[in-house]
Amino acid sequence: MPSLSLSDLFSRKRKDEGDAPEGGADSPVHPTKALSKFLSSLSTRQQPLLLDLGPVVGTNVTFFGEELGCKILVENVFKDIDRHISEGKLEELPAFLAKRFSQEAGSVDGILCWDIFDYLDWKAAQALARELVRILRPDGAVLAQFSTTESKVAGPPTYTKYVVVDRQTLQYRPYPAARGRQRPLVNRDIQRMFEPARITESFLLKNNLREVLFRKPAEPGSQRPRGDDGGPASPESPSDEGGPTSSD
Amino acid sequence: MWKRDEAVKPAGPGTPATPAAPAQHQAQASAPAQPDSRRQQMMERDVVNIGKSVVIKGELNGSEDLTVEGHVEGKIELRDHVLTIGPNGKIKAQVFAKAVIVLGEVNGNVTASEKVDIRDGGSVDGDIVSPRVAIAEGAHFRGTVDMQRKGGQPQAQGQGGQRPPQQQQQQQQPANTPPQPAAAHH
Repeated sequence: MPSLSLSDLFSRKRKDEGDAPEGGADSPVHPTKALSKFLSSLSTRQQPLLLDLGPVVGTNVTFFGEELGCKILVENVFKDIDRHISEGKLEELPAFLAKRFSQEAGSVDGILCWDIFDYLDWKAAQALARELVRILRPDGAVLAQFSTTESKVAGPPTYTKYVVVDRQTLQYRPYPAARGRQRPLVNRDIQRMFEPARITESFLLKNNLREVLFRKPAEPGSQRPRGDDGGPASPESPSDEGGPTSSD
Repeated sequence: MWKRDEAVKPAGPGTPATPAAPAQHQAQASAPAQPDSRRQQMMERDVVNIGKSVVIKGELNGSEDLTVEGHVEGKIELRDHVLTIGPNGKIKAQVFAKAVIVLGEVNGNVTASEKVDIRDGGSVDGDIVSPRVAIAEGAHFRGTVDMQRKGGQPQAQGQGGQRPPQQQQQQQQPANTPPQPAAAHH
């Protein structure tokens, strides 16, 4: 019978702990600067329609429901990516995303993209952005995050589930993905992708994520109540161009 | 067709969520030790159980709490009572109830006057209308959630009537704490 020392037992225990799945309740939390701006931009709406492109997170549904009294539509686009990869039809993803949403044009008040664009090729990203701008109501808002550095994560690729802790804090919960992050998009491409929507806020966080808030221009003649976001800025002058304005 | 199962009793309107079978065993085992008043109280809160092999097509109305382990197609209406879709339950129907707890599959719109609770392993394809919605990690949901604000209840509205984050978290806690391990995730 092989003998086991106490140190063997403890090292085995440590190894088992290391094998535990990532992304539990003890996942890291990070500040968010754009979320409160996003909420403010929608707070003047009467029961806004919110579209969430991430996986369904119960606490987020409750949070946005209570904060905004909104109707939330969950459309997990990450699953679409996984399905196209598993079926070997990744080249069809741009065409699929171009027709992904059945909503009428201008019917959605706010869109939570999270970091979906980091996982898309340029063509697919363009197709998705165009479709989002189409369904976005004039003066509606889009919240998205973009990685600014190449992914250096060793091991299997992961997506991140963003769990809202409060208006200033998100918990990042990684979970298995079919593909890793693609090449980071440059600012100018991000701006172009969402035209005619404009970047009204942009924050570079210490974890190298850029949080961006887009607003679709209000229809001419319509008056928009001004929130604390101050209204659309020119695309050439997002708030942190030239350096990070906020960090964790 | 329906099995009146008096042993399957939720503890109260807010906490009725145990699947039928385990609850039954527990209740039966502890029955002799129940004080009379407690037993009486439990008798009043009957739960009807639709078994695994039962298939219902049509409209289902009732004035008792109901647990569905079988298949229902059509419409379920329990305006003042709790509907529990057990792990084996499959619903293809419009659902109206006071509270709906989903451990099985629901295909259709769900309207609850108090709460919709989708537990780990539960699945809803359809739109939810309810003032409180809890979706556990590991649950499947596809559709829209409409959390109508209650008229008289002060709710946070944007920057104006906002509650402090800690308070929000505490208030959300009951709706967001389904019985699941803390580390459970998709």
